[in-house]
Amino acid sequence: MKTSRILSLIAAVAALAGAAFAQKPVELLNVSYDPTRELYVDYNAAFAAHWKAKTGQDVVVKQSHGGSGKQARSVIDGLRADVVTLALAGDIDAIANNARVLPSDWQKRLPNNSSPYTSTIVFLVRQGNPKGIKDWDDLVKPGVSVITPNPKTSGGARWNYLAAWEYAKRKQGSDEAAKEFVRKLLANVPVLDTGARGSTTTFVQRDIGDVFISWENEAYLAKKEFPGKGFEIVTPSLSILAEPPVAVVDRVAKRKGTVEVATAYLEYLYSEEAQDIIGKHFYRPTSKKAAAKYASQFGPVKLFTIDEAFGGWTKAQKDHFDDGGTFDQIYLKK
Amino acid sequence: MASAVSSLNRSAGHAQRPLATRDSAWVRYTLTAVALGFLALFLALPLVAVFAEALRRGVGAYFAALNDPDGMHALRLTLLTAAIAVPANLVFGVAAAWAIAKFTFPGKSLLITLIDLPFAVSPVISGLIYVLLFGAQGWYGHYLAAENPWFPAFQAWLIEQDIKIIFAVPGIVLATIFVTFPFVARELIPLMQQQGNDEEYAAITLGASGWKTFWKVTLPNIKWGLFYGVILCNARAMGEFGAVSVVSGHIRGETNTLPLHVEILYNEYQFVGAFAAASILALLALVTLVLKSVVEWAHARRRA
Repeated sequence: MKTSRILSLIAAVAALAGAAFAQKPVELLNVSYDPTRELYVDYNAAFAAHWKAKTGQDVVVKQSHGGSGKQARSVIDGLRADVVTLALAGDIDAIANNARVLPSDWQKRLPNNSSPYTSTIVFLVRQGNPKGIKDWDDLVKPGVSVITPNPKTSGGARWNYLAAWEYAKRKQGSDEAAKEFVRKLLANVPVLDTGARGSTTTFVQRDIGDVFISWENEAYLAKKEFPGKGFEIVTPSLSILAEPPVAVVDRVAKRKGTVEVATAYLEYLYSEEAQDIIGKHFYRPTSKKAAAKYASQFGPVKLFTIDEAFGGWTKAQKDHFDDGGTFDQIYLKK
Repeated sequence: MASAVSSLNRSAGHAQRPLATRDSAWVRYTLTAVALGFLALFLALPLVAVFAEALRRGVGAYFAALNDPDGMHALRLTLLTAAIAVPANLVFGVAAAWAIAKFTFPGKSLLITLIDLPFAVSPVISGLIYVLLFGAQGWYGHYLAAENPWFPAFQAWLIEQDIKIIFAVPGIVLATIFVTFPFVARELIPLMQQQGNDEEYAAITLGASGWKTFWKVTLPNIKWGLFYGVILCNARAMGEFGAVSVVSGHIRGETNTLPLHVEILYNEYQFVGAFAAASILALLALVTLVLKSVVEWAHARRRA
């Protein structure tokens, strides 16, 4: 009895001493979607400084990037993500439903449906817009080569798909017409990459395609990275409000003992400092101050939400992207 | 005769060789030019391009790009993976080739087919096999999550030690071993079959033990083929992309091998970095090729 009490006392003292003096850097793994690579390089540095100032502890955030659907699949298969920062709620729902490593009401845990920023879908075209692309209608014309990733693996591609669908539905009045519109659009796509960044590379570096349906942030980044190529951004008349959400993967974080720092990591995304970084990387900040500061860099666009047009991600995923959904019906027939 | 031939083919030069083994000059020059042109276009040019792109912003930028901790980690992981996969396949390859070439047993043709399997399936499938076996939703994951598992102590130990297989180094090593499985065995089987069992019989008849026969008779006979197989195996182990990509999880500074790191840098518009990392891979390949040539040269000299 006595020895065990002494031992536990020693352990407690050691733990305290450890906390006070030689804190080991804590490690987080952030599994994210494709275009956020540059954003999180900056944000991770900012968060590390913030966390160090607040707690004295060093934090190292490791990153993994890929198509959002593919990344979700990896987390389901056991990739030890402390936090997931994916392209759409449906992918985190898939993790919650299939691997049960976080509760199904995860989206209520942080403000704005757990989306620290929003974005939308725009078109990136070549210098001088030689094919005269102005709106979604121009993408289904014969002879226009369109670049978009594969909706099965990429989150961005699913936003693209739904934006095109809703545009056609509003214009022509029926789901059948919308399906035909999307079928024509996909017939103009020469390559379906697995993630948004792969598609950017196809369009920007391999010079394939006349128009790239892209995340707004990805389009601005490509424009900035390749000033010599003279890319132009075309904002369609209607697009979708994309809300890329973030979540702590409870089971993994608990096991690694990182719940506190992982939660702080996501909460800090809503701070003014982070919101400014977010705006700098061409995402649309949710804080009023940062949103106002960066408002002028984005084109005016009418946005609709997935909830009002498609009844939320679970339904949209089932109707359109699961096996046998509209994408399969269109694409497999091709 | 010789003078007649040389007068007929003065331009060709090799007067002393018999007529039937020579093609006319233009055929030989055309073929040589086509072969060299092809090599230059498809091998030398891309190789030069890798180094040219890597050095585009100067030697300073090149070394700065190489000095990236994630890149260095990727290089170490690549070398570690090869250092485990190659010896494993060396032992397996020798054992399998020995069994197949020197003995007959039931299931032999099945074994040969199985050895070829990694050549036949796409590397992506090779990676997925391990995800299905060791993923959280696979056999291993179900075992870890089971409430009444077989060998509960083993399960407790695995959980306690936090043994990760896929999305970690063991998965990368396993996938690499799988993909490079056939190289050594495939190199040795025809060689050992051709050599037959005579020398081993002689050794055993003269009283040598099995081990002694292996070390003194079999191994010296297959030495060069073995070197060659190991070199090819190593080249593939360091260069493998597809299978490793599936099981890696792409965590920077942790589970990215050099080929995966090249892709990441390229996708992040860091061209100097991407090509610098690619140039390291190319250098590793060139070292391998030089080694291979040395082996062949030494082998030819011994024969002569």
